[in-house]
Amino acid sequence: MATTTPTAKPAQPHGHDGHDHGVHGRELQHHFETVQQQKETATLGMWAFLVTEIMLFGGIFMAYIVYRWAFPEVWAAAAHHLNTPLGAVNTVVLLVSSLTVALAVNAAEEGKRRRVLTMLGVTLVLGLTFLLIKGYEYSEKFAHCAGYATPISWVTGTGQHAVDECLVPGRAFLFPEAHGAEGAAAASEHGAPQPGLGSPYQLFYFLYFVATGLHAVHMIVGLTIVSILTFLVWRGMITATYFTPIEIGGLYWHLIDIIWVFLFPLFYLVH
Amino acid sequence: MAATAFPESGYLHDDTPGLWAWIKSWLFTVDHKRIAILYLLSINFFFLLGGLAATFVRIELVTPQGDLMSSDVYNRMFTLHGVIMVFFFLIPAIPSVLGNFLVPLMIGARDLAFPRLNLFSWYLYMFGGIFALSAAVLGGVDTGWTFYTPFSSTYSNSNVILTITGAFIMGFSSIATAVNFIATIHKMRAPGLTWFRLPLFIWAAYATSLVIVLATPVVGIALLLVAIERIWGVGIFDPALGGDPLLFQHLFWFYSHPAVYIMILPAFGVISELIATFSRKRIFGYEFIAFSSMAIAILGFLVWGHHMFVSSQSMYASLVFSFITMLIAIPSAIKVFNWTATLYKGSISYRTPMLYALGFMGLFVIGGLTGIFLGVVAIDIHVTDTYFVVAHFHYVMVGGTIMAYLGGIHFWWPKMTGRMYNEVWGGISALVVFVGFNMTFFPQFVLGYLGMPRRYHVYPQEFQVLHVLSSSGAAVLAVGFIIPLIYLLLSLVNGRVAGDNPWDATGLEWHTSSPPPTHNFERIPVVTTEAYAYPPEAAARDAAEWRPGSPL
Repeated sequence: MATTTPTAKPAQPHGHDGHDHGVHGRELQHHFETVQQQKETATLGMWAFLVTEIMLFGGIFMAYIVYRWAFPEVWAAAAHHLNTPLGAVNTVVLLVSSLTVALAVNAAEEGKRRRVLTMLGVTLVLGLTFLLIKGYEYSEKFAHCAGYATPISWVTGTGQHAVDECLVPGRAFLFPEAHGAEGAAAASEHGAPQPGLGSPYQLFYFLYFVATGLHAVHMIVGLTIVSILTFLVWRGMITATYFTPIEIGGLYWHLIDIIWVFLFPLFYLVH
Repeated sequence: MAATAFPESGYLHDDTPGLWAWIKSWLFTVDHKRIAILYLLSINFFFLLGGLAATFVRIELVTPQGDLMSSDVYNRMFTLHGVIMVFFFLIPAIPSVLGNFLVPLMIGARDLAFPRLNLFSWYLYMFGGIFALSAAVLGGVDTGWTFYTPFSSTYSNSNVILTITGAFIMGFSSIATAVNFIATIHKMRAPGLTWFRLPLFIWAAYATSLVIVLATPVVGIALLLVAIERIWGVGIFDPALGGDPLLFQHLFWFYSHPAVYIMILPAFGVISELIATFSRKRIFGYEFIAFSSMAIAILGFLVWGHHMFVSSQSMYASLVFSFITMLIAIPSAIKVFNWTATLYKGSISYRTPMLYALGFMGLFVIGGLTGIFLGVVAIDIHVTDTYFVVAHFHYVMVGGTIMAYLGGIHFWWPKMTGRMYNEVWGGISALVVFVGFNMTFFPQFVLGYLGMPRRYHVYPQEFQVLHVLSSSGAAVLAVGFIIPLIYLLLSLVNGRVAGDNPWDATGLEWHTSSPPPTHNFERIPVVTTEAYAYPPEAAARDAAEWRPGSPL
């Protein structure tokens, strides 16, 4: 391929040594030509990664579609046993956290360091709140398996044998209505296996735990990223001219939110 | 372009004070060229390991009885071969070694977009490899590389979880590389290097990266679900719960069929480079080759059901999958016809890379055409799970990917190391590989058509002749792989200094020194012409300048 020597650009080799950081910010890495190019590249890379994340959850959504199609009544009955109010609160918490992240990006663009710190801090608190509520929901399910009505009574040891259900997939799994006439009829209609071998109700809760668990793992990663961003801002490494980390970190956070916005109706609201 | 002194400022050169500093300068490097070398070493290690497992399989099959190993050990042996070759050699081979080295050089960039992510992907690869190896050391896996449920999730007593974890981690190494390629190719091309001036290897790397980003996470989640099912004891592929084991096959092949294009698309890219360079012609139908890569990447997502014709998949779905499988043969054929047309009236020189490229074309045509046989539902049902299938995918994977990988390694060896390999031994090894390959795998077409099922370690007496032929071919093939190992290593010591552009090729990578400096280019080039702009008089000039032993 024929080439010519560039004339417009300074003829300086663009290496590590003798590299003058005064021309542009220190944050411009050696293999990029301009700040704009570096920013666009980072953003594109993050978008490509987000596509991968969507496909990762896509596998779970596919499994969900297949089984909901096969066992619609089971899905409707099983969804009643999730804690919808807490799920709804969590949805609001996450949506607000998306707003605070967006405000943080906006503040970073305007160079308002204090406001960026505040917004990232609020995001951290909201993210932790989400995880705490999610943890409470999980422990509720485990408490039911141990025979207690709530995790608190499990810890204090009062009122065992208050409930007769266990929605954690496993040997102890017990879905109350599955043993009633209605549930058994629903199961056998679809050629489901004999009672005792297991029940399709487990499929719902397996998918619930895997999907929300994987989402929680992403939340933890997201919180780590937001913590690092907070640190970067606190150290003054984010300026009005260089705030790409906040932007692409924010992209990741919005993705986690969007996935939850799909998970919430699919599991809590299908009845 | 007369060869001069070996450049002292190449990326291989180091001025580190001690051994530890030298090790650190490699293990913590963010230079895409050094990472490519790390990949080269580790991927070839896994290739030899997978080849060793294949050797044991072929030795066992020399006699009809199971006298070397039990059926259980045999199952573990072919699974080891499959897992290592597919996940740790074929998928990363060309993108991670040649792609890592060449993508920035070919587009006139100083490095990949995310150098640290690139290094991280190598560590992920090694980490995944350690999991897969430890599974093998602790007794192996017996599920086959496909991990079909419910055997893998419920019944197998082997190290499924360790192997799955290895494949899962390795998947994210591919994703990291692919994200890097996409961002780099979009945003870091040299001034003047428009999309239709890109070398076809870049188009191929781009199409491959799209497939990796879209498909790999799906197999990730499928394998994760199998692992959770094994650990937890309940799961969504368990028929006892109303679950569907076929769902796993769908999720698995949604990745693993596109994965065969992850293996072959970069090989197409390499072949386009080789054919154009050694025909001294601009490639015929540039746009068609570029867009056929994209077409394969898209259509590749719509054909996974042809792996499941004998499952309980709907018959009508099978017919649709069969039809799309026929469609995907079209872009593949477009490539082959374009390469052939490039050869027409070209000034062809039979250097080692060209021998591999020509071998590739022959073998890929056979592999591709038998793929059309298998895409027909009726024939596929007849030969499902026989050696016909084994022969078909080895023709595509070994005859396609490995031929292109070896051809590419030879072609860019002068650029990577600054030295020429021994051309005589190069030609010999290319011929030995070609002959050994056909001897190994052509009998398997016959075996399969006669009804020899795959994955059995005992077989009826009448198949022995063909099996012995196949095993002896494998021995020849092994020799063909060992010869290059020796002369390529020797060339590092006493190879002739290559000079910047030993093949007189176009392409930006040949504009910098061999080996290139750490930052690739003294100054970023400005591109003013299309790729493969060989002047009309190039062929005549080659003929005039030819003398025995000249590089072209």
